[in-house]
Amino acid sequence: MPTQLSHLAALEAESIHIIREVAAEFERPVLLFSGGKDSAVMLRLAEKAFAPARLPFPLMHVDTGHNFAEVIDYRDRRVAELGAQLVVASVQESIDAGRVVEETGPRASRNRLQTVTLLDAIAANGFDAVFGGGRRDEEKARAKERVFSFRDDFGQWDPKNQRPELWSLYNGRHRKGEHIRVFPLSNWTELDIWQYVAEDGVELPSIYYAHHRPVVARDGMWLAVTPFLTLLDGEVPEERLVRFRTVGDATCTGAVESSAATLEAIIAETAASTVTERGATRADDRISEAGMEDRKREGYF
Amino acid sequence: MELLRFATAGSVDDGKSTLIGRLLLETKQIFEDQLEAVERTSRERGFDYTNLALLTDGLRAEREQGITIDVAYRYFATPRRKFIIADTPGHTQYTRNMVTGASTADLALVLIDARKGVLEQSRRHAVIASLLQVKHLVLCVNKMDLVDHDEARFEEICAEFGDFAAKLEIDDLTFVPISALEGDNVVHHSPNMPWYEGPTLLHHLEHVYIGSDRNLIDARFPVQYVIRPMSHDHHDYRGYAGQVASGMLRPGDEIVVLPSGFTTTVAGIDTADGPVVEAFPPMSVTVRLADDLDVSRGDMLCRPNNMPDVTQDVDAMVCWFSERPLQAGATLAVKHTTRWSRARVQALPYRLDVNTLRREEGPAALAMNDIGRVSLRTANPLFVDEYRRNRTTGSFILVDEGTHETVGAGMILGTGTPS
Repeated sequence: MPTQLSHLAALEAESIHIIREVAAEFERPVLLFSGGKDSAVMLRLAEKAFAPARLPFPLMHVDTGHNFAEVIDYRDRRVAELGAQLVVASVQESIDAGRVVEETGPRASRNRLQTVTLLDAIAANGFDAVFGGGRRDEEKARAKERVFSFRDDFGQWDPKNQRPELWSLYNGRHRKGEHIRVFPLSNWTELDIWQYVAEDGVELPSIYYAHHRPVVARDGMWLAVTPFLTLLDGEVPEERLVRFRTVGDATCTGAVESSAATLEAIIAETAASTVTERGATRADDRISEAGMEDRKREGYF
Repeated sequence: MELLRFATAGSVDDGKSTLIGRLLLETKQIFEDQLEAVERTSRERGFDYTNLALLTDGLRAEREQGITIDVAYRYFATPRRKFIIADTPGHTQYTRNMVTGASTADLALVLIDARKGVLEQSRRHAVIASLLQVKHLVLCVNKMDLVDHDEARFEEICAEFGDFAAKLEIDDLTFVPISALEGDNVVHHSPNMPWYEGPTLLHHLEHVYIGSDRNLIDARFPVQYVIRPMSHDHHDYRGYAGQVASGMLRPGDEIVVLPSGFTTTVAGIDTADGPVVEAFPPMSVTVRLADDLDVSRGDMLCRPNNMPDVTQDVDAMVCWFSERPLQAGATLAVKHTTRWSRARVQALPYRLDVNTLRREEGPAALAMNDIGRVSLRTANPLFVDEYRRNRTTGSFILVDEGTHETVGAGMILGTGTPS
């Protein structure tokens, strides 16, 4: 038997180690589960980390209210399968409670409001470790993120003052009110995720696969026509064969034209892709060159 | 496909970010939108060429100051291997980042500017790679285009660096003359340097043999988490979850549990995908034991005829990260494998000058970015091996009990009294 792991097996082993470390050292961890492919893989790894026992922590969905129905169905199905507890943190409730003010105008997005809802939910539930599905290959600011990423009692990230992280010795110590964001998928790339989904048979929401959908072209992306999207003058919905490379708020997550209806086709397309998934499909990342860094400093995912 | 982790280091202007940009570009890991953004910014700032360093320097302060602040991780793959790059800044006050990057690296890549030759920084990086037991070192002599691709200049630098490296513990040293800006010898052989017959940088990274770098001899399994489902389907299940630190474990193996010293056998090794017939590093598995013993997080499973030192006295080389100097008598928290303990600094036998390798005996303290020998007394026993033999059971971090910051990293030399 060979004693060299494949790169996917090595990544899996590293992620499981990270997840177990959190379960062992924190009092109230929670795993952010949006139903997107990264959180789906993260949840699968968490399931594997504790098998045959159940997950020793709850899941949390930060719900902007602008969801794809397929994703919510998928979320609820996975939660039921695992017998897990789900906390839903609602951006709508934050708006109703006056914690945040909804943006107005046709290009209004609830993306940035999520940070307040997330931080409020972390505080209200007393969560001390929050698993996120962020990957370092996604974005330049993420490339400098630690696996155990310290947040002060305002939920802020200070990129210039991060704890050194050596070997696989993670330091999760913190004071009350502070918390640690944990990124078990730090070293995975988009292609790794897809290869793992294929190899391990991870189920994903159907919108990741090519399907026909009414969309409008905006800012070089295809946005899904949903009740949450206000059409701008001159925008005419049209039916296209599309799939999603990322899943987020329905008003700022674009689809790409694709006929890839199988994992094999998606992997081939991903390997040949010439545009990053965030560049292709996330209006929220086009704010500025430092868009992600600024949001992360505030406490974003 | 195998995984190779490597750390890059260089002084501020050695062209490290450009080299990484070049590797990513030529292996088609850089996407059109990223390249367009970099081209646009380069034009706006009035550069003559596309500054590939902008691809990797992501933080606002980095772009403003034109420097790299923190360790950044980069990813690329070829059909042979997937690569994880720990890109570490070369700036003097950021030595801790080099140590951090090297701690998980199979290979270290040091850049030297062909015009400037071997600098203090270059030597420092080689020393750190050696201290961290990075087995393979590649010296990239960069900016060969600015020295007319001169073979004699390359040979001169190789000779000087080779003399210095001979004093270090480096198993495998390779020299490659490159121009990251022009792409010479990075992915393709350069027509500008026909005298160079060695492999290109990428070819070397793809083929360097790392299979025997792991310790497959000494079975060490730090218990990370106890799995007890307490469900009707798995009523009596009790498994010890963890990542194999070194050596091999197989069902039927006789093992001893530290610190209790009880012996039993491995009843089975489970994963969520089913049982396995053997476990080796870096597998994450769950071990079931034949007997009901009191085993918890922080314990270690090993073989009765091959055990680590069980000790409260640890001698280590420590790299100090904190602005507050480390002095004898200090009390700190130490994390070693899955075990935390308190530790007191008994003595600081010497400070190592990483530029000259000279030892300064009996220093008053270790300042930020100093590396020195430290004798610790721990409140609880640790199960340790020499770092040279085992990077997992030979390493620890030091944490300030007040601020909770990670203030030091240690590589264990041995146990007992300092020499």
